[in-house]
Amino acid sequence: MNANASLIPKLVALAIVACVPLSGESFYIEIVGKVLVMAIFAMSLDLLVGFTGLVSFGHAAYFGIAAYAVAILSPEYEAASLWYVLPASVGLSALAAFVIGLFVLRTKGIYFIMVTLAFAQMAYFIFHDTPLGGGSDGKYLNNKPSASIFGWEPFDLTNEVHMFYFVLAVLVLVYLFLARVLQSPFGRVLVGIKSNEHRMQSLGYLTFRYKLGAFTLAGALGGLAGFLYAVLFGFVTPELLSWHESGNVLLMVILGGMGNLAGAIAGAFAFEAMREIFADITKYWQLLMGGVIVAVVLFLPGGLAGVPGRIKRALQGGEAK
Amino acid sequence: MSTTKNEVLLQADKLTRRFGGLVANQDISVTLERQMIHVLLGPNGAGKSTCINMLSGDLPPSEGRIHYLGKDITALTAAQRSQVGIGRSYQRTNIFPQFTVLENVRLAAQSRRQQPWSLFTKAMEQKWALEKARACIDEAGLGKRVDWVSGVLSHGEQRQLEIAMVLATDAQVLLLDEPLAGMGSEESASMVEVLKRLRQTRGILLVEHDMDAVFAVADMITVMVNGQLLECGPPAQIKASVAVQQAYLGTEDSFHV
Repeated sequence: MNANASLIPKLVALAIVACVPLSGESFYIEIVGKVLVMAIFAMSLDLLVGFTGLVSFGHAAYFGIAAYAVAILSPEYEAASLWYVLPASVGLSALAAFVIGLFVLRTKGIYFIMVTLAFAQMAYFIFHDTPLGGGSDGKYLNNKPSASIFGWEPFDLTNEVHMFYFVLAVLVLVYLFLARVLQSPFGRVLVGIKSNEHRMQSLGYLTFRYKLGAFTLAGALGGLAGFLYAVLFGFVTPELLSWHESGNVLLMVILGGMGNLAGAIAGAFAFEAMREIFADITKYWQLLMGGVIVAVVLFLPGGLAGVPGRIKRALQGGEAK
Repeated sequence: MSTTKNEVLLQADKLTRRFGGLVANQDISVTLERQMIHVLLGPNGAGKSTCINMLSGDLPPSEGRIHYLGKDITALTAAQRSQVGIGRSYQRTNIFPQFTVLENVRLAAQSRRQQPWSLFTKAMEQKWALEKARACIDEAGLGKRVDWVSGVLSHGEQRQLEIAMVLATDAQVLLLDEPLAGMGSEESASMVEVLKRLRQTRGILLVEHDMDAVFAVADMITVMVNGQLLECGPPAQIKASVAVQQAYLGTEDSFHV
């Protein structure tokens, strides 16, 4: 009942976003495309922060690993096949998350935050300081992957409109996938771990395995976002893995309201919009942004996702009077 | 499921637990049989919680062994012990307060058949877990509250919920840490009835302060003082014991026997 009621605004929002390419303005198509990528990234982190209670402060690592993987795996003078580089880069991010998860998930609370950060910094320096990554200038992806299947090309990622809809389609699929996963027995265990991990263990759940599953899945989806980013912009830099990026995506999740997938998307839109607007006003835009984040945390504990509920309650309260 | 009377479910031999220089439990041996309520009794600081924590796997013993149905389970973690059939409730209510009563117990039931790979099954469509959860909620006497958010239940109802969760894990041994604590006399009486009903097929080890309740339900009582085992026997023997009376005199006002 409730799910259907909230479906309409979601579909309206989707329709509005889907109309962006009709503007024909490359600037808007690219910037909204970027926001969609960040929204996928934010949803992947929300699986950890909002649903499992694992505050990862190093999620940019998995974004960056897949982004670099496309650039490195693609041949210099011709396009790689999308059907090879996409699973390969996402798989590498998943593998990295699995291995790192084996270590970081042995820690809790503040230590977990610091250790995830430490691993992300290690990944940052691997791409920044070794020949693998091409130094601080990063690496170009000269040819966007080709979607051709035995000569048939369903879509063309070098076409900005096709690319936009490809990203949008991935976003919708990731949303539906995560929404479904969260209703599965696996998802219910994650939410139980967030609520009371000790109790889950005494009920007979080996919570480490579930957390590792969630961490790997979040890493893979974060990698999917990183892959799309690299293909969208055609170049990657070590800054994609920096702790600023890990912090930004965490802010998107907080802004949108932790534990709400649509909130994570809204948080990504709000964050990027504020960045654009404030940067137009002043070069000290981060000061304004910081103020807004503080205000949201203080006055909107449920983030943007909590706003419809608040309005509803305010209206009902008004009727009661 | 075999329910042989007097079958030894849980046997702890000479459990010792040290915290640095402090000996919280020394050489504590406890036997729990099926269809029996065994009460751990003792003043505050006697080491009852330490003992139950060692039995549930929340705390590894420094020395001693624990056997469940003849198998050594000393090295098993709390989660593994839950899987073999030992369930526990906690002294401080330990539930998922944001979830409904049904979801709390459904999660407990789901733990018996975990399918973490089936990402596309809806948890709420797993009929077996829902049915089991509803049955256990009824058994714990909480049938009227199935769809309530558990955080708003009364204290006594939350304790009942804990028991429903333990039941949903098919536990043969119930380790209950002060299930009557903080309950009114009416709630307490209904909980005693629940405990008696559960005893019919399982073994229950209880930590409890409420003397009236203890003597109403106990088949066997182990008295602990200062981490030591003082006396173990049926209620009549404990009531008559001079050592027990001496240990309690002046330390615990509520001990009226």
